[in-house]
Amino acid sequence: MTMPSHTASAAAPTNRAVDWPGTLRDAGLAAFVALLLTLPLVGLRTIDRPTGLGIEARPDEVIASIVLVFLGRLGLGLIRQNLALPVLVLALACAGVGLVLPMPTQVLRLVLVAGGGIIALRAAITLTTGRSKLSQAERDRRMDRVAVQVQHATKYIAPVAIIGAAILPLTPIADRQILDIGILLLTYIMLGWGLNIVVGLAGLLDLGYVAFYAVGAYSYALLAHYFGLSFWVCLPLAGMLAALSGVLLGFPVLRLRGDYFAIVTLGFGEIIRIILVNWYQFTGGPNGISGIPRPSFFGIADFTRTPTEGMAAFHELFGLEFSSLHRIVFMYYLILALALVVNLFTLRVRKLPLGRAWEALREDEIASASLGINRTNMKLAAFAIAAMFGGFAGSFFATRQGFISPESFTFIESAIILAIVVLGGMGSQIGVVVATLLVIGLPEAFRELADYRMLAFGMGMVVIMLWRPRGLLAHRDPTILLHGGRKPQSAGAAR
Amino acid sequence: MLKVSGVHTFYGAIEALKGIDLEIGSGEIVSLIGANGAGKSTLLMTLCGSPRARQGRVIFEGEDITDLPTHEIVRRGIAQSPEGRRIFPRMSVLENLQMGSIVAKPGSFETELERVLTLFPRLKERIHQRAGTMSGGEQQMLAIGRALMSQPRLLLLDEPSLGLAPLIVKQIFQVIKAINEEQKMTVFMVEQNAFHALKLAHRGYVMVNGRITMTGSGAQLLADPEVRAAYLEGGH
Repeated sequence: MTMPSHTASAAAPTNRAVDWPGTLRDAGLAAFVALLLTLPLVGLRTIDRPTGLGIEARPDEVIASIVLVFLGRLGLGLIRQNLALPVLVLALACAGVGLVLPMPTQVLRLVLVAGGGIIALRAAITLTTGRSKLSQAERDRRMDRVAVQVQHATKYIAPVAIIGAAILPLTPIADRQILDIGILLLTYIMLGWGLNIVVGLAGLLDLGYVAFYAVGAYSYALLAHYFGLSFWVCLPLAGMLAALSGVLLGFPVLRLRGDYFAIVTLGFGEIIRIILVNWYQFTGGPNGISGIPRPSFFGIADFTRTPTEGMAAFHELFGLEFSSLHRIVFMYYLILALALVVNLFTLRVRKLPLGRAWEALREDEIASASLGINRTNMKLAAFAIAAMFGGFAGSFFATRQGFISPESFTFIESAIILAIVVLGGMGSQIGVVVATLLVIGLPEAFRELADYRMLAFGMGMVVIMLWRPRGLLAHRDPTILLHGGRKPQSAGAAR
Repeated sequence: MLKVSGVHTFYGAIEALKGIDLEIGSGEIVSLIGANGAGKSTLLMTLCGSPRARQGRVIFEGEDITDLPTHEIVRRGIAQSPEGRRIFPRMSVLENLQMGSIVAKPGSFETELERVLTLFPRLKERIHQRAGTMSGGEQQMLAIGRALMSQPRLLLLDEPSLGLAPLIVKQIFQVIKAINEEQKMTVFMVEQNAFHALKLAHRGYVMVNGRITMTGSGAQLLADPEVRAAYLEGGH
């Protein structure tokens, strides 16, 4: 941080134990590592010149990052040597400077604020606990406590969040951009909840979830293209086709375990994509399918100004001024409803024999079998149901975009959805929401950082996995309590 | 009740069971003792269909169950407390017990739960605790309790005393005895703790290298000089 060393020494003259040469050497070493890393990564930039690709040096950025690393490391070193208070003040000051004063680039501002904040946090922890660092176990316990509290607060947070999401389009801030981001977030939340059934509940690592998303999207696009079926007819059909593909995939691979299973699902995701690319006559190949019909208002009314024959116009039906936003708002509610259906299903199924059998399978497959759980059927059910929800989301995606191509269904999509589930804490419903906000929302919010947002994204992932290896909200509440409100049901239906 | 005849089981090319013949009568406690790697656990797992016997038959109450899948065998009334206990560590004790009742008759959960909690009062104290945080002895009680929840007619126990303190071992064996006497439960137990296992058992088998080498009543085996030399003396 921007903390010159002489101010720090002046601020704490009483402490003689500060090992200045050692601390400075340590900080210098960190700066040297930063130099090695930033020189190629930040210092050089390829630019498009008329004569071809050129390279531009960016010494300012390199120097800035090295200085920041040096000061940050120095701050950490001083915290460890009883200088927490001055470091806290300076770090806060520097975060404040980053926040208030104009900065040459957004990145510098972000680094100042985040870096200053983190150092200040460390200093504050040191001041309250007397140690600069919590042990892994202590940190786990603290975070677990937070997770438990969040999980318990979900009872109150969830209705508020749902109501908030429901009235968002009616508020004045709801412009086209906000709604689009909302739809994007809800799509990923729905996919995350869907994949959570397979990964979080049944404990099967599925690296090819996007395949079912693709099956759903193409089912709708092709059915509409070849047979002229409407969205409302195609939605259940797409779900069924995706579930069918889930069963087809499930049969051969369910005897595999762990890593092998993951690899095969990865392969399946790619197979679907490659079929879509190469079956030119049927799927349009890499060109994709365009002109996918938009959904009508439950088959009653259209969202266009001049509806086709036999259809009412939405704005006339409700006596509203025509606005192109109506369709977006409708889409928003549609995906909100779909996502909530997935969530309700999961919450409900956890208390039913089916969901309990899934959780038992996740915990211990051999023990589950020895308790009479039919492993194959249970896994197939998990696969088919998650695939069905993926198919619903896919149809929605197709109708929202109006255009789909195999490029939308690459492995990175599977990886992002899986990252959402794992970061959120496997099996945690609220965790999926939080992780989606982080994984999808943050990069959207920091769009102005341009190239750096993916860097920040990657760093965020690394930090979460270091601090919370089991996910942000990986706390599991029992589904039954003795003499609680609910009587446990006997589990006959899990056969 | 259970009749095993000429069972051979293989792990790949390795023959783990080399022709096992064994019989368990209704209401009996039968113990199978033997050294590490003799194939005791393999036999127990073969009874449950995983791994499957390559030759020979397993007949349970007149029905050939050799080729049935594991979950079907369990539904016939055989419950297993597997090797290493294999409880569900992230689930609560109550949830673990609930998982045990999957194949039980619908509506029997409450009464079975009551019965298991009376047998193991410790589990009642820990009913909402995460199972993985309990001590080894409590986990073993849970494993047995979970197996009992399915209302089996034959209870298979794989090394119930493994890694437990002598006092806890004693408790566990008392409970096994109680289940057998009060509920007329048939118990087939695999043990390294030959003394306790044979003392409790009506009959016993000794297994060496995948073969049954000796059989007799529990008391007979306990008194047998060979058994004493191989499994008892120096052990206690």
